[in-house]
Amino acid sequence: MILSVNNIHVAYRGRPVLEGLAMTVDRGQVLTILGPNGVGKTTLLRCINAILKPKTGTVMVENADVFRMSAGEIARQLGYVAQRNDAGRITAFDAVLLGRKPHLGWRVSGKDLRTVDGALKHLGLEHLAMRHLDEMSGGELQKVCIARALVQEPSVLLLDEPTSSLDLKNQMEILGMLRRVVRQHPLAAVMTMHDLNMALRFSDLLLFIRDGKVYWTGPKEELTSQVVKEVYGVPVDILRHRGHWVVVPQSDEAPWT
Amino acid sequence: MSHFDRGQISADYRAHMGRKALFMGGLTLLVFFLLICAVSLGTVRIPAGEVIRSFLGLGQDARVEIIIRSIRLPHALAAMLAGAGLAVSGAAMQSILRNPLGSPFTLGISQAGAFGAAFAIMLLGTGTVQSTQAGVINMAYPYLTTLSAFIACMGASLVIIAIARIRGASPEVMVLSGVALGSLFSAGTMFLQYIADDVQLANMVFWAFGDVSRAGWPEVALMLVTVMAAMVFFILNRWNYNAIDAGDETARGLGVRVEWVRLWGMLVASLVTAVIVSFLGIIGFVGLICPHMVRRVIGDDHRFLLPASALAGACLLLAADTAARLMLAPRVLPVAILTAFLGAPTFLYLLIRRRGP
Repeated sequence: MILSVNNIHVAYRGRPVLEGLAMTVDRGQVLTILGPNGVGKTTLLRCINAILKPKTGTVMVENADVFRMSAGEIARQLGYVAQRNDAGRITAFDAVLLGRKPHLGWRVSGKDLRTVDGALKHLGLEHLAMRHLDEMSGGELQKVCIARALVQEPSVLLLDEPTSSLDLKNQMEILGMLRRVVRQHPLAAVMTMHDLNMALRFSDLLLFIRDGKVYWTGPKEELTSQVVKEVYGVPVDILRHRGHWVVVPQSDEAPWT
Repeated sequence: MSHFDRGQISADYRAHMGRKALFMGGLTLLVFFLLICAVSLGTVRIPAGEVIRSFLGLGQDARVEIIIRSIRLPHALAAMLAGAGLAVSGAAMQSILRNPLGSPFTLGISQAGAFGAAFAIMLLGTGTVQSTQAGVINMAYPYLTTLSAFIACMGASLVIIAIARIRGASPEVMVLSGVALGSLFSAGTMFLQYIADDVQLANMVFWAFGDVSRAGWPEVALMLVTVMAAMVFFILNRWNYNAIDAGDETARGLGVRVEWVRLWGMLVASLVTAVIVSFLGIIGFVGLICPHMVRRVIGDDHRFLLPASALAGACLLLAADTAARLMLAPRVLPVAILTAFLGAPTFLYLLIRRRGP
């Protein structure tokens, strides 16, 4: 397993948020964490990245304990794409170069510059290289942020709602790009998301959190409508359409029983 | 393992870096040009060739040597260092506080310095006025006033750091603490001014006018050490500031200890500002405007923004000080009056011409 999370407990001001949470991801897999608002999805990502230290639990990346690593070592193992990314007056190339920070010495090396150029070309973003972030659309900015996390050369990519506030085309492009990168490189990706249909389409594994615990986890093909109903309280049908699984709510109106 | 290192260094990127290097080179030349102008121009005009010969140790006219080495050069170097120190601190503070209005004075340091000076003038008896032929007011014990101003500046900074440590080093906490402390020190200064006699009041008001002509070689030496050390510190943190500009969470994901970078950055910016303010008085707008002017050309990348802001600050204060000396010659107009006059409209212009909505 490239990433293994065990027995994570987190509490805010005495209120438990995550209780004994565990998960594993292997190389080449995309795992999506799902659940209602405020259930602790982002908290779990922040624990994996050691931005937040849990009360108990371990996070192992490539068999090494994240909580025993320095901040630089963590950044070389885990690439993080935050939910909010600010766009300053800086070119996409320089913004992606920032992702090399955990590897940088005093000077930027030729290897760093070649890696940034290689990542931009690999993601089809070379036309954006000299554009400033503050002139970009939300979709372009998000792609640049993913490129920045990739040049950290991490084992695992962590993405906090990478497609929130993006239109359908950008959502498809970004998630497709992410899945392609994970398949082609020795990587795994863990992301949080609200859109069940996008999660079903682009993930290999799903993990539903309810009441601070893993309610259900497994391959997307094994997801049942009962799981969705129990987690969100909304009755749904899961249908097969043109080779993809689709979640369709049964009724428009609340209350659902 | 390397996933993507088969790319190339594109011609576009080389050109992009070349433009930034050219801009910085141009600013460096401008600093030297303005330094020669600052030493050359004044009540007594000294030809530029004579100034350069003096810089090279080849000066022959003893009278000119005295003017250059005892008066003009220390003042010009003080202007350069103060401009560079305030501007680089401003650029760092704008990133640390994630606020375009960030400046070395955001944390109430100028008000604290004014209070410290007023306190020394009023209660420590440093406020005896001596009038010189040029109409300049001198203090009886300038170093005690300087020390008192410095202690007040650093005291204000340490209080804000303590609050930030307790409440988390968020930009909001720092800015609001600075505003509150600034008001408190202003109230203290107003109270002291209200109960001061005429001489003390004149000294308090005079001290607040930032003026590089107060600096001699000892002040220049201390400012040089402080500003250079701060420059090294800020430049070592250039990637951290770039990361913070991308967002706190992104910065943490890149291995940046955001709270520590904020606290140390604030402390160093405060120290530089405290040294400058306590020696020269309050010189506003340089720390706010120079980074904004530079950003328009060079962008937000701190690898270039920090040194370019320092160079721009040095240029601005050298030019302003030279103009201030010439405008009412033989009287010397405190440079802070000119920077405020020029700074406010420039800032408004930058605001109106700002990119985006």
